[in-house]
Amino acid sequence: MAIPIAYNIRNLVVRRTTTLMTALGIALTVAVLAAALAVGAGLAKAFTASGHPNHLLLLRKGSTAELISSVPIPVFKERIKLRAGIAKDEKGEPMASPETVLVINLPSVDAPDGMNLNIRGLPPAGLKLREDCMITQGRWFQQGRRELVVGSAVAKRYPDAQAGKQITFGRGKWDIVGVFDSPQMARNSEIWGDFDQISGDFNRLEAASSVLVRAQDEVALDALRNELNADPQLQVEIMTEKAYYAQQTDSGAPLEFLGIFVAVIMAVGSCFAAMNTMYAAVARRNTEIGTLRILGFSKSSILLSFFVESVLLAALGGLIGIILVLPLNGVATGIGSNLTFAEIGFELRITPGIAAFGMGFALFMGAIGGLLPASSAARKEILTALRDS
Amino acid sequence: MKYLSLLVKNALRNKRRSILTITSLALSLCLLGVLVAMYHALYINQAPPGQALRIITRHKVSIIFGLPIYYRDKIAQVPGVKAVVATQWFQGLYKNERQDRSLFFPRMAADVDHLFEVFTTYKIAEDQKDAFRKDRLGCVVSDSLAKRLGFKLGDKITIQGDIFPFTVDLVVRGIFETEQNEEVLYFNNKVIEEWLKARGSNRPFAGTYTILVDSPDNVARISNAIDEMFANSEVATRTESEQAFALSFLAFIGNIKLILLSICAAVTFTIILVAANTMAMSIRERTWEIGVMKTLGFTKESILGLVLGESAMISLIGGVIGLSISGALCIGIRKIAGPFIFQFQDLGMQPPVLAFLLLISVAIGVFAAMIPAWNASRMPILNALRFTD
Repeated sequence: MAIPIAYNIRNLVVRRTTTLMTALGIALTVAVLAAALAVGAGLAKAFTASGHPNHLLLLRKGSTAELISSVPIPVFKERIKLRAGIAKDEKGEPMASPETVLVINLPSVDAPDGMNLNIRGLPPAGLKLREDCMITQGRWFQQGRRELVVGSAVAKRYPDAQAGKQITFGRGKWDIVGVFDSPQMARNSEIWGDFDQISGDFNRLEAASSVLVRAQDEVALDALRNELNADPQLQVEIMTEKAYYAQQTDSGAPLEFLGIFVAVIMAVGSCFAAMNTMYAAVARRNTEIGTLRILGFSKSSILLSFFVESVLLAALGGLIGIILVLPLNGVATGIGSNLTFAEIGFELRITPGIAAFGMGFALFMGAIGGLLPASSAARKEILTALRDS
Repeated sequence: MKYLSLLVKNALRNKRRSILTITSLALSLCLLGVLVAMYHALYINQAPPGQALRIITRHKVSIIFGLPIYYRDKIAQVPGVKAVVATQWFQGLYKNERQDRSLFFPRMAADVDHLFEVFTTYKIAEDQKDAFRKDRLGCVVSDSLAKRLGFKLGDKITIQGDIFPFTVDLVVRGIFETEQNEEVLYFNNKVIEEWLKARGSNRPFAGTYTILVDSPDNVARISNAIDEMFANSEVATRTESEQAFALSFLAFIGNIKLILLSICAAVTFTIILVAANTMAMSIRERTWEIGVMKTLGFTKESILGLVLGESAMISLIGGVIGLSISGALCIGIRKIAGPFIFQFQDLGMQPPVLAFLLLISVAIGVFAAMIPAWNASRMPILNALRFTD
């Protein structure tokens, strides 16, 4: 027969100071772990959902990132643009976009000294390839003008990058005329303008950084990729846009590693603290344990009861820990990308999975911490237990 | 001091509890030790004397843009400047670095005639220096790098360029000692210049200028003078100390300062919880005994001191154990992160950090026992003697 759980709950309530202190220790451990995982989940959300399935990104052979790549415009016109298999827009123009990518430095809310941001110069085809992006404020930039639109993540974190303001880079001032937002979150960390205007400012009109093309469908995508790879005169690295973005999910790895490392060490400490509390609980309840045994509760139900109490204690800690980190959910932050040398904006995310994992982590601490004290309680001889204290 | 044996006896009365508490505290303090050592290395550590004399000038907008080569002579004329060297981050890939990240090390191209004039802290044999100057494809490596990757004089090192897409075959002509176990390779920047020339670019540039100044007191003045000189030129500059320059890269991983401080706060809070909990449990068990002590003539103050002393002792023991483990962890982190994070190249438990943390552990012990000690010292004798748990 099992001892009712109400008995354990009441015991935790009676010793509320100790209960709360132990639970808080566990809570902080869970909070650190969940916060670290929130970085990874946020980045994963931003990147794995980004990129069109039929898009191919072309970089110079050997390049891993757009910033250090270059594809000459003549090569684009002669050997890429007119391939079969590339989708056409409503006017019959191929959906292939040579783009230029640069970095500028602007003060952000976290870094008043300035953070790097990607500027992308787009030809008209570039915007057609990104039809998922919507203007939420102002309007799109116009070809041939020194105008820019900023992504929603940029607008959120950079006080200077707002519609109606001007920023200075290259050969002079640029007007910001709008803010765009895309469900593909990685796009929202960029600033866009006209290809010719931006490339012209940096003397880069003769080469693009990368080329983005849309294949007609999945079959055409593979054919197109094979064909481009087979062209000996075209020294390019080809990957799907999805794969390119997915690589950046690792950008948060150092932070996640730090957080998990700290949480694991804290967890061992919290385990010992829980053990301490449970040993004290067992010691104080000698008479009670003896009485329970006389009443006919078996050794195993005593074991189970104390074990459950420890797990309950940890569950309380886990719950507090998750409540502590919940405000982090949705907080917009930025991190330096491992690929673009620029800041990418993302939102921290406490997913149900992370909450469950945090709770599991807490229960595990409680279980480990409760095992030894519970078994010592179960092993007590009835007479000594009653006589003690 | 006459109470010392009493303190020890009290701490040992419940050995299991003391051991659990000390282990828990040791783990948390070990973590705190590593975090504080990191913080110290990044934000507090004074630059070693050699480094304190060097400042770096870069493009105001972003490090990825170069500076005109004629800036060198203009900078050299600023009063207080002793030497200037043009340097360029080459990056590239060494062997199968893309798979094995441990093969990463910084590869810089530099003006060979001025390199050792500016980096006066690099110790190199004269004949090796000459050999490096004479061989256009020669390179020099720091001794820690040579040791880690087994480079010897005459070895070939092939770097496959990415920012500059060409392959360089270098020969090790010299190995130099550094002030701070720095890992770096330098080769002749003429190699890049010639490659650019072959591609029709006749605008030689430098990524950054490293400048040796006459006194650390003049760093701010000279930095401002340089930036003002170029404020309205072709390219505006930003000049800062070598230390600040290195920190600006770290800002890229995230807001490290805030992250370290918040984790430290969480860990410290956990330690206080654990210590306070233990002392509260331990005093509660001893209420009767304290009553007896009071009957024997122990004053309020001495009871207060005894309890605080016991807690401080336990927490100090935890601190000593924990901090010795952090010393070992620091060596591990130095090995793993050193090549990537310059400031961690001599991460360790510096004496000021150690002293600070030992003080913190005693303080935590005293603080945690405050309330139970206060209560115990004030409890009337009769209540204490009558107290049953």
